[in-house]
Amino acid sequence: MAPMNSVNREIPLPLRGLEGAQPFGGAWARHAAQPRKLLSAGRPTKVLGSLEEAIRKSGLESGMTISFHHHFREGDQVVNLVMEAIAQAGLRDLTLAASSLTSIHAPLVELCRKGVIKRIFTSGLRGELAEAISHGLMDLPVVIHSHGGRARALLEGGIEPDVAFLGVPSCDCYGNARGWTGRSACGSLGYAMVDARVARTVVLLTDGLEEYPAAPASISQVLVDWIVPVDSVGDPKRISMGATRMTRDPRELLIARRVVDAMDAAGVIRDGFSFQMGSGGASLAAVSFLRQRMMERKARASFALGGITSQTVRMLEEGLVGALFDVQSFDMEAARSLGVNANHFEVDASFYATPDTGGPAVNLLDAVILSALEIDTDFNVNVITGSDGVIRGASGGHCDTAAGSALTIVVAPLVRARTASIVPRVDTVVTPGETVDLIVTDRGTAVNPRRADLKDALAQGGIPTVEIEDLAALAEGITGKPQPVEHTERVVGIVEYRDGTVIDVIRQVKD
Amino acid sequence: MIAKLRRTMLFVPGNNPAMVKDAHIYGSDSIIFDLEDSVSPSEKDAARLLVRCALEALDYGTAERVVRINGLDTPWVEEDIRAMVAAGIEVVRLPKTENAADIHRLERMVAEAERESGRPDGSVLLMAAIESPLGVINAYPIAAASPRMAAIALSAEDYVTSLKTSRSREGVELAEARGRIVIAAKAAGIMAIDTVFTDVADDEGFAREVALIKQMGFDGKSVINPNQIPPVHAIYAPKQEEVQKARRILEAAKEAEARGSGVTALDGKMIDKPIIERAQRVLELAGRPEGPWHP
Amino acid sequence: MEITKLGMAGTLESCDASVTVEPPETGNSGIELSIDCPDRRFSPHVRKAVLAALQEAGVAAARVFVRDRCALDCTIRARVLAACHRAAERI
Repeated sequence: MAPMNSVNREIPLPLRGLEGAQPFGGAWARHAAQPRKLLSAGRPTKVLGSLEEAIRKSGLESGMTISFHHHFREGDQVVNLVMEAIAQAGLRDLTLAASSLTSIHAPLVELCRKGVIKRIFTSGLRGELAEAISHGLMDLPVVIHSHGGRARALLEGGIEPDVAFLGVPSCDCYGNARGWTGRSACGSLGYAMVDARVARTVVLLTDGLEEYPAAPASISQVLVDWIVPVDSVGDPKRISMGATRMTRDPRELLIARRVVDAMDAAGVIRDGFSFQMGSGGASLAAVSFLRQRMMERKARASFALGGITSQTVRMLEEGLVGALFDVQSFDMEAARSLGVNANHFEVDASFYATPDTGGPAVNLLDAVILSALEIDTDFNVNVITGSDGVIRGASGGHCDTAAGSALTIVVAPLVRARTASIVPRVDTVVTPGETVDLIVTDRGTAVNPRRADLKDALAQGGIPTVEIEDLAALAEGITGKPQPVEHTERVVGIVEYRDGTVIDVIRQVKD
Repeated sequence: MIAKLRRTMLFVPGNNPAMVKDAHIYGSDSIIFDLEDSVSPSEKDAARLLVRCALEALDYGTAERVVRINGLDTPWVEEDIRAMVAAGIEVVRLPKTENAADIHRLERMVAEAERESGRPDGSVLLMAAIESPLGVINAYPIAAASPRMAAIALSAEDYVTSLKTSRSREGVELAEARGRIVIAAKAAGIMAIDTVFTDVADDEGFAREVALIKQMGFDGKSVINPNQIPPVHAIYAPKQEEVQKARRILEAAKEAEARGSGVTALDGKMIDKPIIERAQRVLELAGRPEGPWHP
Repeated sequence: MEITKLGMAGTLESCDASVTVEPPETGNSGIELSIDCPDRRFSPHVRKAVLAALQEAGVAAARVFVRDRCALDCTIRARVLAACHRAAERI
């Protein structure tokens, strides 16, 4: 006789076509840990009493991989808090996979020394940690990912987070979380969304616990295992740049005007076009000039992508831009807009920039404006190491957008103090010159010779251009020829291109 | 050959290396290295040396290099002139000019400095800033005081203080001085340059003032912030229709000349010498490189 | 030019250099030069510019301290000359 299941039905096993089928054993038979229905018990909850308990329950062990996001930027209080607790728990040899790290993460230097952290994956590094790593702090080199490359590695399994510790400005007791409300509001959680999807265990930390349901949510309850209330996930003063204001710096305004003139001459500013602009001074100023030019040309953009600022929000609300795709909100105005504007969409890092998916949004860009620490005469761009060879930057979406956009414009002053931005050979390549079309500086504009069409268009539009070699020579004439930076042979950093191949390595700086 | 333009003369504090090193990148027609008001008395020597070393080492491209020296009644003026002329300055701007005698004194010192440094006699031009009621009354004698004179400029801050008034948005207190300075300059065949506009955040007020002084006949304006340069050039840039009309006027004039006819007409209107000169000026302004940002 | 007292010129702003020139220690007849340069790649340039300016000023004996803030050579020259003139003035 066939077995009876727990509701006394005869299930004639095996069932043809569903050979592995098991008889029902009771509503909670396979989830004994789940709460039972009791009217007096209130709602089920994933909220734990302490971070220590969350670390224990997450099953984290020495040698595993943990991940973090950087939406709180310089105000982040999650990474240091969690890493300190992990060190207290006696765990070691961890791989720390953060979407980016900043100067606030200086306490990690000590944890690397003690062996708590064995390896770091990140997009950016600044401050003491970057300095120490450049001088040989770690046994294993740091791996620098682009935003798109990191999402690709997470989805493909190149990075396999055992536990994601994700700070969120607000969430309910079952883990529906979002970033545009709460006192530590940061706007989009675009980078964290990928971690939440792939990590084996997801622990949310929040200082904004809300009544269920906190809907709509950016991270869904189905992805979340545990929630830990903490005093603060981020310092609001340092999370955003306030309302990003229009610069009055004449040099940045000069570059910004030239950028918009070049975009116009290249024929980009037409109805239905799309753009991404960074948060640097010249980029922000360019948005403002672009807005004026769009009004003159009666051109409306279909979408703006990337880090979103108050400037692009204004254009959305004025109807000059049809939609915003927001992977990271740079200021509080962008965070506010995300909550109220129907056409302001939160997108994750893979939608934004991952190659080899169905196609990321960067592929649909008509123009992107990017900044740079150094650009060389092959148009290769360095955004990760300073002219002294020390790490002080972030790969970010630089190479992703450069590869995707139809027109990639890189801006920089020709000389900063005594440091040339246009050089014969950059210290570290992050973005290959073949994906860069135009360099705009305060002392001249250079077109990549691969883009004869662009050169013609600028000439037709009356935009004067120079050869990039001439810019490099002009810079060297002003600064003098610097002594080369001295490196040892030891590799302290590996720079991955977005497809996972190695585009350059960073060697230890000689003391 | 493009006629000399002085639509924008950018003041640069003489003791600020960061600003001195590439003051020309913003495209002003002239750069005025300032040794006077922006430099404290204890730093006069250092500023003079900084500007001198910069002029000797750096390439300022096509920008005209002007220095604002300290006043004739100061202990610094002689060394200012000697150092700047030796360093290759093109124009010396004298502050607080009251009368023609001031220009004659300046001229002697400049000529002496030219001899000392081996520069050709008469190669350094002069410019006078008029900052007092007496200076305004003497505007023509000042403008005509020397063949070296290239321009006279109104400097309004001290002037309004002398009048016991203050600067207003409408600028009624400056109307008379502006009018006299333009007339004096044009009578002497030199340029008239308007005073600075100090509220660098007031884009609208600035644009209004530039439109006003352009209409009055000023050749340009002193500016204190590079961000003021593009709007001045835009306002001074001839409109497309003006350029087309100027081209047609010059073509018609050329044709008439070829025919040997002294009189010519365009669209039923007679074209005489002043009209031809205006047309030439329109084309000069239009053909300026680094010109208007919004053609 | 004889250095008779302490002379200073320049600032610690970016693109500038602060230069101090003092009389040499007794018994010392040469240039005693100390340079603080934030960008090691330009240390030789700064040294060369300082020595050239001292020579231009005719200063053979002095203690010289330069705190460079990424100044161009022409700025270094101007600041050294100014400091020397100030250090050579008679009171």
